[in-house]
Amino acid sequence: MMIFRLAIKNLLGAGMRTWLNVVVTSFSFTIIIFFNAMYNGMRQDTLRILLDTEVAGGQLWHPEYDPFDPLTIEDSHSIISEELQKMVAGNEAMPVLVRQATFYMNGRSSVGLMKGIPPGQEIVRMPLKVIGDYSGDYIPVVIGSGMSKKTGLRKGDLFTVRWLDALRTYDADEFEVAEVIKLDNYRLDRGVIWLSLEKMRELLQMPGEVTYIVLKRDHAFNNQADSFIYKDIEYFMKDIDSAIEADQVWARTIFGLLLIMASLGIFNSQVLSIFRRKKEIGTLMALGMTRQRIVRLFTLEGGLHSVLALFVGALYGTPLFYYLATRGITIPYGEEAGIISTGSLYPVFGPQLIFGTMLLVAGVVTVVSFLPARKIANMQPTEALRGKIS
Amino acid sequence: MIRIFLLSALPLLYSGILLAQLPPNAEEIIKAVDRNLSARTTVLESKMIVHGRRATRTISSKSWMLGQEKAFTEYMSPAREKGTKMLKIGNRMWTYSPQTDRIIQISGHMLRQSVMGSDLSYEDMMEDPKLFERYNAVIDGEEIIDNIDCWRILLTAREKGLAYNSRKLWVDKERMIPLREELYAKSGKLIKSLRISEVMRVGDRWYPRIWLFKDELKLNSKGTEWIVDKIEFDLDIPEKRFTKSGLRK
Repeated sequence: MMIFRLAIKNLLGAGMRTWLNVVVTSFSFTIIIFFNAMYNGMRQDTLRILLDTEVAGGQLWHPEYDPFDPLTIEDSHSIISEELQKMVAGNEAMPVLVRQATFYMNGRSSVGLMKGIPPGQEIVRMPLKVIGDYSGDYIPVVIGSGMSKKTGLRKGDLFTVRWLDALRTYDADEFEVAEVIKLDNYRLDRGVIWLSLEKMRELLQMPGEVTYIVLKRDHAFNNQADSFIYKDIEYFMKDIDSAIEADQVWARTIFGLLLIMASLGIFNSQVLSIFRRKKEIGTLMALGMTRQRIVRLFTLEGGLHSVLALFVGALYGTPLFYYLATRGITIPYGEEAGIISTGSLYPVFGPQLIFGTMLLVAGVVTVVSFLPARKIANMQPTEALRGKIS
Repeated sequence: MIRIFLLSALPLLYSGILLAQLPPNAEEIIKAVDRNLSARTTVLESKMIVHGRRATRTISSKSWMLGQEKAFTEYMSPAREKGTKMLKIGNRMWTYSPQTDRIIQISGHMLRQSVMGSDLSYEDMMEDPKLFERYNAVIDGEEIIDNIDCWRILLTAREKGLAYNSRKLWVDKERMIPLREELYAKSGKLIKSLRISEVMRVGDRWYPRIWLFKDELKLNSKGTEWIVDKIEFDLDIPEKRFTKSGLRK
């Protein structure tokens, strides 16, 4: 206890030098927490959106289907097993039919996907009820706001769609945008038009056929023998996890540099302390304090920098982080960066992150405080009293 | 005796005159069109004029074709496209770009994409032009097109899986060559049109010299012109011309 009190007294007595080190260390501490919280937020945001809009309790893909390989889509459709048909009938699963198509609008053409789902489904957040209520003369579709922005299509606009049916014969018809909806998941928005599954099956001459199935959350499906292949949420999160992991390499480098900066300041001040306080060390030895206790005193003095840094960091970090976690940070990156997002990022500050970072900073600071203090172990009290280091 | 002969021959003579006055069978017309357009082998040099929204580009190429099964095209100009090659074998197609030095297979939905920004898709280029075997033909009427007397022929798919469910052809009565063609979707919507504005004599056949392809679903499209500069039929083309390794040479 005496060592602790002495360490506090010495630390505060150092004045400006201590506070400069404390502020620099607190910056490192808060920046590391902030960036890691951003990554956590990004992952949780993506996970929530994917579950809500696309994955729910997992998907079952046609064996040929690979959404990242456009060459597979044309042949990825078939009738599903009886078990799955029962699940669809009981609203336990949602069938989706996918087909490539060419859209002609405003004198331009673009290639995209037609996706058919039951308009009344409640398994994912994809409000297509407006299609069921449509009473116009054309084929009603719903598009996302991103698709609307890119193509210039607005609610009520007509456009032509050309596709190949099941027999590989061209067909074309006039479609009407029944609604433009906000979709947080750009994968469901970019180049996609949504229409009624039954209408799409009729247009393509694919009665009862499906490209993939979305299972309800907490579903009981566990048939490994089914020809459709199960993909769970972890499969869909692989991309975002890989992206975060790749980005974290740079982030960790920056964290490392920040820690080195803070540590260098403390290391420097420790070396200086030992050099300037030789006589004090000699006196403490002469008064009977063992070398180990003196090393502990100096290490504690250095280590306490991190404790003060945590307090100082908490002083300005807590209100700032609270504000960011509740209000979010508007980052209009979404589609351009290939990130699924609502447009606002809410950093997530979990206890594991905060305590983990606290321990890391405290550990590093303690180690760099101990390294110069080791020199004390070799000091002779007589030489120390004369201001010499052997 | 002579009277008996004349009396018995009269109905035959009469029916012969009637036959000469009847329009030819639609299928005969289509066969004649196929005879003009199809050959065992074809070597041609052509220009494709693509009318874009802002600018017009001219792309020249040389093609070698072996029946309807195999085709090889090499682009000669502009500089940006020079050296680009395309190979078609059956229903498969590959392109080679010298910039990337890579061969890419064009399949699935990519076949429906535009070739070099034109109104022609890869699928259009791969399509077998022999109509008789694939479509049922009926004469829909007669029409004067560019001061030329034409048969209007309606073609409907004879087999499943054809890209276009029906076509309308305006065939020059004299030269048996289509001067206009319209391609329809299953819903009856006009998808593409083709207009031939100049025809040339090549040996014993007539062949279109200037074609205008138009994607009718693209509003404001000025279409793509295709001009045949030189064409030769039934030459011997070595089989090695139609190999993937030939794309890199």
